[in-house]
Amino acid sequence: MRLLTHNMLSSNIKGVTNGFPLLIEVEKVIEKPVDFNPDFLKNMFVKVDWKALVDASRSLGYAELPEETPESSVIDSDDFLRKFHHALLELHLEEGALVCPETERKFPVSKGIPNMLLHEDEV
Amino acid sequence: MWYLCMFFHRLLDYRKAEVESLAELFGYVGDGLEWKLPQHHHPDSPFHFVNLPSEELARTIANRSILIKGIYEVWGEGGSYEELEEAIKNYPDDRKLPYLTADSTFRIIVDSFGKVMSFQEQNDRIKGLAYIPFKGRVNLKSPEHKFWLMQTDDYGVSNGLPPVAQRTIFFGREVGAADRKLLPTYQLKSRNYLGPTAMDAEMAFLMANQALVKPGKLVYDPFVGTGSILVAAAHFGAMTMGADIDIRVVRDGRGPDCNVWSNFKQYGLPAPVALLRADNNLPPWRPSLKEVFDAIICDPPYGVRAGGRKSGGRKLLKGTVDPYTVPDDKRTDHIPSTGAYCLSECVHDLLDVAGKMLVMGGRLVYFYPVLREDDSRENHFPEHPCFRLVSSSEQILSSRYSRVLLTMVKIGLYTEEIAEAARIKHLEFRENHLKWLEDGNLHSSVFASTDTQLPATGDAKFSKEPRRKYRGKYV
Ligand SMILES: C[S@@+](CC[C@H](N)C(=O)[O-])C[C@H]1O[C@@H](n2cnc3c(N)ncnc32)[C@H](O)[C@@H]1O
Repeated sequence: MRLLTHNMLSSNIKGVTNGFPLLIEVEKVIEKPVDFNPDFLKNMFVKVDWKALVDASRSLGYAELPEETPESSVIDSDDFLRKFHHALLELHLEEGALVCPETERKFPVSKGIPNMLLHEDEV
Repeated sequence: MWYLCMFFHRLLDYRKAEVESLAELFGYVGDGLEWKLPQHHHPDSPFHFVNLPSEELARTIANRSILIKGIYEVWGEGGSYEELEEAIKNYPDDRKLPYLTADSTFRIIVDSFGKVMSFQEQNDRIKGLAYIPFKGRVNLKSPEHKFWLMQTDDYGVSNGLPPVAQRTIFFGREVGAADRKLLPTYQLKSRNYLGPTAMDAEMAFLMANQALVKPGKLVYDPFVGTGSILVAAAHFGAMTMGADIDIRVVRDGRGPDCNVWSNFKQYGLPAPVALLRADNNLPPWRPSLKEVFDAIICDPPYGVRAGGRKSGGRKLLKGTVDPYTVPDDKRTDHIPSTGAYCLSECVHDLLDVAGKMLVMGGRLVYFYPVLREDDSRENHFPEHPCFRLVSSSEQILSSRYSRVLLTMVKIGLYTEEIAEAARIKHLEFRENHLKWLEDGNLHSSVFASTDTQLPATGDAKFSKEPRRKYRGKYV
């Protein structure tokens, strides 16, 4: 699971009002190189929740992203785009879990695939 | 300028929709393209004239398309070879001479419909064109210019092509042609990981074309299965994402080298950006996330028995008992039960997710099954205030069922009020479609694999007919 995916997901258990961002429990992180696509990154830059991305990348052991939400002009900086690219697309949570911030319910991630299906009593 | 479009004789109802979509993909703006039929031709004819603003656009469309055999600048047409000669002679020299110069290479190809032409006959026909001042050298392998002599004979409906009242002969210069090599490369037979409802390559590419897929776009399939639709989208350069409720399908496949990921690797395509297990009835997207997908393309699970599932089965099925509670010590490995997911609810959820998650102008492309007896079905396609229907293309699967590929474009912002209005519309829609719920056969007839779908319906009348013969929307 890439951090782009993490940035899009939330806990949708019935009754949970603040299911985002999910905390990350790390068992295994891997890195996979992905083709660099500036247009796609610029598109995504305006969609991502910055703080969630920074925190998530730190839980995966990557601390290069600036804490503060960057000005929109940074997307013209190649250095910034490369780091953003790496955090968003190249870091993978291969094994672990996503944890609901409100209920602590764990959504397992195995073989890189988050299991977001709810139990009968959660819908 | 008017160009002649020759289609492969397949998926007749999908042909113009594909051209219109590709025109838009490559920058054409306007209210649809202008079309006209050659004189005396039936609408199912492989020949159609289309008005396009430039040759460049015609070429790009043809190159990307799946159903166009070729697009031509017609130099002449006629009901006889005499008429043809006169027409070609009258065609302006400034349109002809630049393609006939001494330093160019060319080739003439003869193609006939409704009649097989011997080699000798073809050569004679080519020699008969001596009145055109070809100055260039013949090059059969890679000519700069390809000229086509295309002939349709007068025949009835019986011989496997649509009825043509009168013979027509066209002569034209090829402007562009489709790359059908794509299809053998991607055919399901060669696919590593296959499921019973994998989308065949031709249809998957058509769906990607309807969705205006191009490099850098983000495409989502909420019913991803083995990923065959996303494979086509990735081929055209999109970033892809898929979800499925079935964890065995989306995660495990048939082992480490035979799963959704390996289906991309096999063709050297970039892996999906994300695969996840999720229920489209309860999508797990964060509430603040909107307008992130450029296209949503899918083949939803329809039908009751063999169809879709959604979370919370027990609770749904036995509405009167207390909701089932999962014991704490069993939670981690618990496999949630699921309930039936009916057609109208499935479509409602799809439109809701698409309304919210598609960018403005983004397209939703999906299959929708219809009963053929239902004459008034034009008005029965699902609607949503955020969407406009772009095209509907029918493929008849049996004497009773068709599937229709619907292409919709997002034209309105998604708001809570709109979501509510859509929910009310959905309830009305469901009223009218309750009959689908009773029809358990629907899924198997709609989603049987392509080669077996006709016989699978048990309809002897159709199963005896070999595939590929002219049967209107059956082809
Ligand atoms: C017709 S198949 C699509 C197959 C896919 N196009 C392929 O190429 O393999 C429908 C898929 O939807 C999945 N499905 C059924 N109900 C679902 C739901 N509620 N949410 C998400 N996926 C669901 C099924 O597991 C199945 O894989």
